[in-house]
Amino acid sequence: MFSSFMMNSWIVASMVAIVAGLVGFFVVLRGATFAAHALPLGTFPGEAASLLGVNQLFGLAGAAILGVAGISLLARRQRNEVATALTLITLLGLGTLFLSLSSQYAQGVYALLFGEVLGIGADQVLPVALISLAALSAILLLFRPLLLSAVSEDLSAVRGAPPGLIDLLFLSIVGLTTAMALPVVGALLVFSLMVGPASAARAMSARPLPAMLLSAAIALGMAWASMALSYLSNWPVGFFVGTLAALAYAIGRGWSRMTRIGHQPRQSPGLA
Amino acid sequence: MSWIFAEGFFTSAPVQTALLVGGGAAVVSAVAGVFTIIRGQSFAGHALADVSSAGGSAAFLFGINPLLGFLSMAVLSALVMEGFGAKRAAERDLLTGIVLGAGLGLTALLLYFDVSARGTAGAAIAVMFGSMFAIAPGIVPLALGIGLGALVVIGLLYRPLLLCALNPDIAAIRGVKVRLVGLAYLLVLSLAVTLSAMTIGAILSTALLIGPAAAALRLARRPGVAIALAVLIGLGACWGGILLAYDSYDWTPGHGWPVSFFIVSLIFLAYLATGLAAPRRAPAGG
Repeated sequence: MFSSFMMNSWIVASMVAIVAGLVGFFVVLRGATFAAHALPLGTFPGEAASLLGVNQLFGLAGAAILGVAGISLLARRQRNEVATALTLITLLGLGTLFLSLSSQYAQGVYALLFGEVLGIGADQVLPVALISLAALSAILLLFRPLLLSAVSEDLSAVRGAPPGLIDLLFLSIVGLTTAMALPVVGALLVFSLMVGPASAARAMSARPLPAMLLSAAIALGMAWASMALSYLSNWPVGFFVGTLAALAYAIGRGWSRMTRIGHQPRQSPGLA
Repeated sequence: MSWIFAEGFFTSAPVQTALLVGGGAAVVSAVAGVFTIIRGQSFAGHALADVSSAGGSAAFLFGINPLLGFLSMAVLSALVMEGFGAKRAAERDLLTGIVLGAGLGLTALLLYFDVSARGTAGAAIAVMFGSMFAIAPGIVPLALGIGLGALVVIGLLYRPLLLCALNPDIAAIRGVKVRLVGLAYLLVLSLAVTLSAMTIGAILSTALLIGPAAAALRLARRPGVAIALAVLIGLGACWGGILLAYDSYDWTPGHGWPVSFFIVSLIFLAYLATGLAAPRRAPAGG
């Protein structure tokens, strides 16, 4: 399990999990679950284009940028979730086309959608590390504005941060994270890694910083457990990620129900 | 005419099945889609379709009717989503996301079994991207029956559905059982997405659900008119897509372009066109 060809996978998966856990905290806080699902899935045409010979990282980044731009532009005229859905279907339609033009039809699609954690090469470690670093520093820089605008858009606007801009920056961070995580867990399940741990962490701590760190820790544990289980059983890693995310969510809900007995309901959930 | 309708378009049996089932899926999805957008449940509609793919892969694995596979999984997840339902929209989305993640994980596992146990490598493609021209003719009556059932339920619930969507408090005061209506609606939604998941595939069925309805709602504010427009757009895109995909065998010899791509493109064009045609007004926030 820890032989040399697996080491890259462990390193990359760990970085992906930590970033996904941290970003996921804001995804859950801002109620951006659909966007967090649509952006990874929307990078699918980028992956599919790489089957046609386009550089994988460029393809992914291009699709992520299209996704972020599409959601932000359409959201001016539409409800947020409708904008997200429209962007998603357009990108998926493109992906279908690219996929059908490539010859690696059936083989490729499975790996694209559900990930191929065992096949990570040494050349993928550095790009992932750099993108993780970029995503982490973006979160640190935007920590307060992101938090504030999640709680009150008006308050945030008064303090000089236009909500549209914050949304755009936040979506870009999510897009960055997903483009990086895609080769590891696959398009369909990146967002389980973002949403599951964060939902449990939020239930366990109402204070932002501890909840964020807890979320990253749970995500890391989840990624490691999924990889180990996948290695031992030979079943797809995505199955374990999805199941463990649901488990984390269930534990979180149970936890908040237990601790609520005997306490007064909190005044403002999410922030102390 | 032969440059529009390539030879054999109207006589080919797979094409007729595709037109019939695809058209049915487009109509039901368009009608359900208008309510989905008004009720703000686009994510739920998308999630149900994705999760239903687990049922589709199970059907491949056990050799049962794929329609029943898709359908039972969609209904099951609709029950879970409503059963553990949360009041606030953000929490509802979160639960939807969790169900979606778990369901897709299950899909991954079942597809893996499909590939390793039965050697059906095409299962992933068929389930995720649909197989419009490979629908078994025997499915047609069941598929159209399901579609009709969904339309009848929507017709019966028309007023309560609208009222609950616009103002749940007033609906409750007027004696509407809001949660019951919500559950019934989710079940109808799962019927609709099942049909379209069968035809254009699980991950693209959102196109038929949200696309025509979003375009129609830009033109019309009255629900009845919007529904009629959405049906027209959906049906046009679906049939147009089938036609173009059929013709595309002639463009690139021996290799057709995917139906789903054409359907999505047509829907997107319709959406852009309605944006130009729609009267300019201040964003109404809806």
